[in-house]
Amino acid sequence: MTAAQKLLWVFGGIVALLSVASALGWLLQRRKGDTAVIRNLNERLRAWWLMVAVLGACFWLGPSATLVVFAFISFFALREFITLTPTRASDHKPLVVAFYVLVPLQYWLIHLEWYGLFSIFIPVYAFLGLPALAVFAGDTEEFLERTTKIQWGVMIAIYCISYAPALLVLDLAGFEGQGALLLLYLMLVVQISDVMQYVFGKLFGKHKLAPLVSPSKTVEGLVGGGAAAVAIGASLWWITPFTPLQSAAMSLLIVICGVLGGLALSAVKRSLGAKDWGSMIEGHGGMMDRMDSVSFAAPIFFHIARFFFSG
Amino acid sequence: MMAGVAAASLVSLTRLLVGARAQWRSQPGGGQCLYFANHCSHLDTLAIWSALTPAQRAVTRPVAARDYWDKPGLRTYLSGRVLRAILIERRRDERAGDPLAPVFAALEQGDSLILFPEGTRTADRLPQPFRGGLFRIAESFPSLDLVPAYLDTLHRSLPKGSHVPLPLYCTVRFGAALERPAAEPRADFLRRAHASVCALADPARRTPA
Repeated sequence: MTAAQKLLWVFGGIVALLSVASALGWLLQRRKGDTAVIRNLNERLRAWWLMVAVLGACFWLGPSATLVVFAFISFFALREFITLTPTRASDHKPLVVAFYVLVPLQYWLIHLEWYGLFSIFIPVYAFLGLPALAVFAGDTEEFLERTTKIQWGVMIAIYCISYAPALLVLDLAGFEGQGALLLLYLMLVVQISDVMQYVFGKLFGKHKLAPLVSPSKTVEGLVGGGAAAVAIGASLWWITPFTPLQSAAMSLLIVICGVLGGLALSAVKRSLGAKDWGSMIEGHGGMMDRMDSVSFAAPIFFHIARFFFSG
Repeated sequence: MMAGVAAASLVSLTRLLVGARAQWRSQPGGGQCLYFANHCSHLDTLAIWSALTPAQRAVTRPVAARDYWDKPGLRTYLSGRVLRAILIERRRDERAGDPLAPVFAALEQGDSLILFPEGTRTADRLPQPFRGGLFRIAESFPSLDLVPAYLDTLHRSLPKGSHVPLPLYCTVRFGAALERPAAEPRADFLRRAHASVCALADPARRTPA
């Protein structure tokens, strides 16, 4: 099978799955009525169709379009992050640079396939450059806190998320030019893990995992959902350069990183006094609510795959 | 026609750039309204105007400073044709007669208005004390709904002295129209109006009914 055929098969599978889920959601609504949980489920499903359509369009239009779409995802994620973060007027310059310079630049570097620069640009140059810019506003009040918040937003929303489409330019031995499949693999495992944890949690959830940080996460959801995601990930080994066993290990890695990302960013969100990052995606909250697991899983998956599988 | 297209694009652009999502703390009445809000950036007028429903927008005109909006080119077109703004003179030496005269004329015609009672922009989260204009208007139009509004996050998006707006999600919170007790002294009224805007600054707290 060629890479294009594999993509088509996987997308066909996703569409079939979503169709079944949507039919079930519709039936549930007819049988049990319009309760809050069912309405939220159907809202989420509709948002899923939209997200799958966007991802499908990305793959169809090619790597440049995918990079543009992810640049917008980063832009909206940063927007939500900075909206919730109390910054001051003296932070204006670094923030203008973050939104209008760093977002396009990071994705441009990935477009150039300049690994040596896109992998260090934000952690080195932006990390040092942002406080250097801020210092000229002459405001020392909470300088460390303000700088840290901007650096955090930039690291998570731009740098970490950009690692997902960076998989498009990652050359693994015997897998050249098939980065789109790796990106699809990552997104599928992360999102299936999130969905399965939600489903298992709702069905069997008893023991809360971290009640103060993320009240809806349960141990049963984590174990059941995580195992289901690893099983699905392993069964997708044929779209990756991995053997089935390696694919299971990689999926486990993605699931663990995703869970930790969800928890850590939930704690950040709560320390900023919010329940959702935004209201952009119906039923899901904001862009950051959907990308929190990706932001942790993408860079780790990229570097581990690169370390063990590049030629 | 052109003005209608320009208005629609202006609303979309404002929403794209700074969100300008409306949050109504209480359902607005259908009558003639005066929306008064804290003033922190050049985008305030556009943000409130964009947050209104299309029906409200069609009858609402902003009160704006002549020295900012009466610049030849785009600003004159926007303030004159699209926003149908009422431009008032802030500089005392340029004034002839009552600076609020055009505001009174518009209210007599039945227009709803957007007004920033501080008179100037402030860099802070909460507004400065209100000037007397709001009281004079309230006194002369007893049946006018005085609706407080708070512009959240906009002072961070385009703080005084900067020219590039940050694309944050700004919210416009509208409160319940002020009660209108008879013969309330000027200072009391202004303090109460000021407090009604400040009460909307806290996203979690509900305004007392």
